[in-house]
Amino acid sequence: MKLLARRRAVNAAMTVVTGLAVVVALVPLALLLWLVVSKGAAGLSWTFFTHLPTPVGEPGGGVGNALLGTLYLVGLACLVGLPLGVGAGVFLAERGDGRFGSAIRFTAEVLSGVPSIVVGIVAYGLVVVPMRRFSALAGGVALGLLMVPTLARTTEELVRLVPGSLREASLALGVPQWKTSLRIVLRTALGGIVTAVLLAIARAAGETAPLLFTALNNQYWNFAPDQPTASLTVQIYNYAISPYADWHQKAWTAALVLLLLVGALNLTARFLTRSGLPREQR
Amino acid sequence: MTAPADKIAVERLTAIFGKTEVLRSVTTSIPAMSVTAIIGPSGCGKSTFLRCLNRMHELTPGARVEGSILLDGQDVQGRDVDPVHLRRRVGMVFQRPNPFPTMSVLDNVSSGLRLNGIKGDHQATVEQCLRQAALWDEVKDRLRAPAISLSGGQQQRLCIARALAVAPEVLLMDEPTSALDPIATAKVEDLIHELKARYTIVIVTHNMQQAARVSDQTAFLYMGELVEVGATEQIFTNPREPRTEDYVTGKFG
Amino acid sequence: MDALSASPHRPRNLGDRLWGAGLVALGGAVAVVAGVIVLALGRLTTPLVGRVHLLEFIKGQDWDPVASSFGALPFIYGTLVTSLLAIAVALPISVGLAIFMVEIAPGRLRPVVSFLIETLAAIPSVVYGLWGLFVLVPWLRESVEPALAGAFGFLPLFQGPQIGLGFLAAGLILAVMILPTIASVTIEVLKTVPVTLREAALVLGATRWEAIRLAVLPHARAGMLGATLLGLGRALGETMAVTMVIGNTPEIRTSLFATGYTLPAVIANEFAEATSGEHVAALAGLALVLFGLSILLNAVARLLVQAVKAATGSVG
Repeated sequence: MKLLARRRAVNAAMTVVTGLAVVVALVPLALLLWLVVSKGAAGLSWTFFTHLPTPVGEPGGGVGNALLGTLYLVGLACLVGLPLGVGAGVFLAERGDGRFGSAIRFTAEVLSGVPSIVVGIVAYGLVVVPMRRFSALAGGVALGLLMVPTLARTTEELVRLVPGSLREASLALGVPQWKTSLRIVLRTALGGIVTAVLLAIARAAGETAPLLFTALNNQYWNFAPDQPTASLTVQIYNYAISPYADWHQKAWTAALVLLLLVGALNLTARFLTRSGLPREQR
Repeated sequence: MTAPADKIAVERLTAIFGKTEVLRSVTTSIPAMSVTAIIGPSGCGKSTFLRCLNRMHELTPGARVEGSILLDGQDVQGRDVDPVHLRRRVGMVFQRPNPFPTMSVLDNVSSGLRLNGIKGDHQATVEQCLRQAALWDEVKDRLRAPAISLSGGQQQRLCIARALAVAPEVLLMDEPTSALDPIATAKVEDLIHELKARYTIVIVTHNMQQAARVSDQTAFLYMGELVEVGATEQIFTNPREPRTEDYVTGKFG
Repeated sequence: MDALSASPHRPRNLGDRLWGAGLVALGGAVAVVAGVIVLALGRLTTPLVGRVHLLEFIKGQDWDPVASSFGALPFIYGTLVTSLLAIAVALPISVGLAIFMVEIAPGRLRPVVSFLIETLAAIPSVVYGLWGLFVLVPWLRESVEPALAGAFGFLPLFQGPQIGLGFLAAGLILAVMILPTIASVTIEVLKTVPVTLREAALVLGATRWEAIRLAVLPHARAGMLGATLLGLGRALGETMAVTMVIGNTPEIRTSLFATGYTLPAVIANEFAEATSGEHVAALAGLALVLFGLSILLNAVARLLVQAVKAATGSVG
């Protein structure tokens, strides 16, 4: 049975090949994480979190304003993105079975593939042009719009995990639909919605492209919504493409800080999904 | 109230999902302060019949109802009847226990009151309903525990207590013991006996022995039609219709 | 509207009506966002309308904002080349990974690998760019490009100076970035293949690989195409990492070693400093092209994936 032997060999070979694909896919991840940690850790210090950037060649200094700027921008983004995104998600879960719902769902899916830089230009047109200046607000609007489609879809999925029997139980008690939705369905889905929000925030915090011509950058602390604002990501970019070795070092350290921030948000979200969601009782 | 008056009168009730008629022209009546069992093979429309009585049926997209259902002489389908009010008068217990997972035992029982905006201390009501549901002794020491920490049988009795707390007149039970073990089933059946002194009960069951044990009146539904309705004893010992006889003697279904 | 009329008895209760209307309004917000995107892009592009012909804009090879010459072709070319290269590298790896995850991997390994793939997807673009610029580019310059030139130097694809920056670097970094997208959608699609198909092949005496090749893969083909298009859509719009490693020269070159430019990269580099209205409009025009491409790809991809799921009837 030479044929059978060959077929077995092919089977074994393909098992190895697909296993190798996993390894190949994960090698860049390992290399990247290891590099960011090892190179970035060298520049880590308390002043890095609290101080303003210093000019080239001057030691010390940090990315305090950029870190705060990222938090500020993400906060503004939440003001725009959370009501729209979570609201649309609740709509899709509660009333999304009709034709209008399907159209909205499809729109959200397609919009989630729109490049972030395009959304940046939209925010430029909406905020920067009428205000005639780059501003934190413009950056927040860009990140906020960017949140909406993905947030809507994740929220929908997580609200739909709430068993329909709970809604029925509430309605059968003579509770109106709106109260049932708010106090029973959404209350039960709360952990899931928080998860969706955390993931959206993590994604927004890592965005660079839409900030380049909306929030721009700023060498100083800024709390005014109508002024340009620094962000961790834009700062990393500027440091990285500069020709100076000490700025490169700062780029790695800032990247480490960014990864820690994004990683913490993602891990919290994961933990919440695992512990928070009630399953259908069986 | 004079004893065997009809609490509910159903006339030519037809229920439709999209294009299929799930119930065809069902006419029957349900006496007050008694237990009426609805039996029949799966898919015969038992649950739909029940869900028409408190207008839960209409929540399914594509569902429609024709005919009339009179509760104390008033048509529940009427334009001026708010289904939300109706459901406070006609409570329901479901196949699977479905306590609210985010609430404690106590809050589950009082949830109907609180969600309906009735303020105040519900402690007394909660105790009374838990006692009526024969659950008080088992949970009195852990009223603050999450409802989902109870066993399946306890959860179902909790759901009954929750339904009782809004003081309904009618209690609909949709195969309330199908997810329970025999011991828990026996407790719920005992409970049904107790409850009929105060409430009009309609119970859907696929278990004929259960219907025989708990009910005063039995209705047999087959393929959307009401084949026969009568005193439980008569249905099980001396049915008029051959199809009823075949079913209760286990020849089909 | 549809959703409300789904039940014949409209809610009588005022709260229910408000809630229903509010929900529909919130859902409509998504449509409004879509409309706002189109309108804002359209308005920014208007100064160009009438001055530059659409075809000239797309076919033009010369990009010189100072001379008011706006030809988008070098960017379109660069975007397509890097994206296709990324697909060529990422697709086989993603499919291999997906097959391993769904068909072969022991149960305990699956959550670990899927966690790592999610991590790969969560890393910000600018961090990939940083890594690309300081690790990938030197590696390409010193090892990979000389080796490729030595082995395949007769092909025009692998000729010219080896500087690390360029199409190859951009394509490879994109491959890493879109891999999670393609892999996770492919995994989803493979999971919808009915177990019975697999079993039917195994019962006939097929080896595991034969069952995969003969029963599973053909069934999943349309969905895998959808996954690929989604990955392509992501690659087209990826900005920072590409900007940092492609070299940023608006030229059309055959060699993968050559530097180039992509649509998002030129927007990232020039938009903040564009002073003339025409320049801004031209860059917004590029964004509009990018928007159109990504909408098209995503719509087709979503429809394909949806069709596969609907056909097997096992959503979720």
